[in-house]
Amino acid sequence: MSTTSSTQPHITSVAEVTAALGDRLVDSFKKDDLWLRVRTDSWKSSMRTLRESLGFHYFCFLSAIDWMPSPFGRGEDDPTEPAPERDTTIRQGYAGGSTRMQVFARVSNPINHVSVIVKVDVPDDSPAIESIHDVYAGANWHERETHEMFGIGFVGHPDLRNMYLPVDFEGHPLRKDYPLLARMIKPWPGIVDVEPLPGGGNEEGGDES
Amino acid sequence: MSLTDRVLGDRQRLAYIASQAADSRLNVELETEGMTLNIGPQHPATHGTLRIIARLDGEQVVWAEPSCGYMHRGYEKLAEVRTYPQVTSLVNRIDWLGSFANEVPFILAAEKLMDVEAPARAQHIRTILFELSRIANVSLFLGDLGVQMGAITPVFFAFRDREYVLNLIEGATGGRFHPNFDRIGGLKDDLPKGWIAETKAVMKKLRTFCDQIEDLLFGNEIFQSRTRGIGVIPRDVALQYGLSGANLRASGVDWDLRRDHPLPMAWNKADWKVWTHPDGDSYARCWVRLQETREATKIVDQLLDTIPSGPIMAKVPKIIKVPEGEAWVSTENPLGEMGYYVVSRGELGPFRVKIRSASFNNISVAPWALRGVYVPDIVTILASLYFILGDIDR
Repeated sequence: MSTTSSTQPHITSVAEVTAALGDRLVDSFKKDDLWLRVRTDSWKSSMRTLRESLGFHYFCFLSAIDWMPSPFGRGEDDPTEPAPERDTTIRQGYAGGSTRMQVFARVSNPINHVSVIVKVDVPDDSPAIESIHDVYAGANWHERETHEMFGIGFVGHPDLRNMYLPVDFEGHPLRKDYPLLARMIKPWPGIVDVEPLPGGGNEEGGDES
Repeated sequence: MSLTDRVLGDRQRLAYIASQAADSRLNVELETEGMTLNIGPQHPATHGTLRIIARLDGEQVVWAEPSCGYMHRGYEKLAEVRTYPQVTSLVNRIDWLGSFANEVPFILAAEKLMDVEAPARAQHIRTILFELSRIANVSLFLGDLGVQMGAITPVFFAFRDREYVLNLIEGATGGRFHPNFDRIGGLKDDLPKGWIAETKAVMKKLRTFCDQIEDLLFGNEIFQSRTRGIGVIPRDVALQYGLSGANLRASGVDWDLRRDHPLPMAWNKADWKVWTHPDGDSYARCWVRLQETREATKIVDQLLDTIPSGPIMAKVPKIIKVPEGEAWVSTENPLGEMGYYVVSRGELGPFRVKIRSASFNNISVAPWALRGVYVPDIVTILASLYFILGDIDR
């Protein structure tokens, strides 16, 4: 198989999707997949159109992205030093966006094996969007997971109980401003100078320049 | 003349009719009281720690709800503070019975962002190891299937023959369960000497194992009556819930990512068949998995003959920085579609990794599929949906 065919799966035409979604489509991006971004108030109706008119019957997943870079970096700071200043400018990915958090889902057409990734902005002041559990039944659990991990509400969801975490758990672990506690309690071993191995002198270990 | 007429005499026939009448009257008069049955978290039928809360009316399930989270390890968060090469050691532990298969889609996603492609030899060996993990994983499923229905023998066969496959994986990678062998740009090492001949011998053994399981289980009357027509998931429901892998193909959807989504792997260099089943019941799901194990041994056999020569690593920098971008790669893992959505910011580690694991979707259909079934069928339906707890909770 040539390189081009291996990295270029089947892509549906942007024009076809644009025509079906009309002004509900805000932005689209095409690389080796097709990314769409729809208006927040048309999230459910867009997913319904994708399922019922364009044949995207297969529900792959739904999740969210917090686009704010973590104020804790990669958890490698020395806890004894004052925390360094970090750039937390929010910058969205493919197909753009205007809010800190975005929900994204991937759906596929099981006949011609075309897939799209659909993104939607989640309003910053009241992080909630429509639930699509009655469009794709499988979204039920994914929305529960996204709700507990990101604190995003899904209006119309029958039962937003926690999927994994205890009932009284505070915070939303996958948000970038939620610290990874393991790294807060115990310093990352990488920041400590590694002791030389027994038998090996300091000069001999210098080949990793 | 009916059976009862032939076998029983007049007096007995009258007694029989009277007892039938008494039974039917009882059924009307007996008021059943609802009860809640808790299955698990520690239960032999749950492959880990899945808890199922079932509301029963007599012997029938009114509703059932799996309760997850007993094994949630937060890999999506942990991946954000690790470098790309370190993530493979995490994702190994998602589906612990087919670990190597978990590494491949993540590495492919990183390679896709870096615009690197592994050399042909590495792609070939990757595919072989991928299929070996499938065989190790699904052969245990086939053996375990018997245990769920009270048959002990198949599981011994399965553990014996899976061990041959694990030995091969250990021989090539050094790890029985967690190989951590896949690297961005290729593989850690080449195959050891004599491994190819050994693998061919084992594949023959595994085909015999499949035949034995087919005779022992699939031809067994009890097995058939416990699975045929039980837990039927129609095509439309399967698609809506995002069932994948053998569960989807058992509902009549002819879709296999290995065939339909070209990836830089070697599946298209072998001649094999995608099996589907129109019924969508427990039997169909088990049957499709059995056929897939056979096909996997065929794929391995064919690929062993055609391993190209050449390097096993592409040229990649020593310190791996992945350019900014987003990539989605999914592969047809033993349990179904396993994919990673990797968001990169051009740093040493990923900005966000969404792990789409097959079992999470496969088991999310359980509340739908368990409604109205009888209590013993809960176990067979869950067994036939086939989940691994690490793959649900991540």
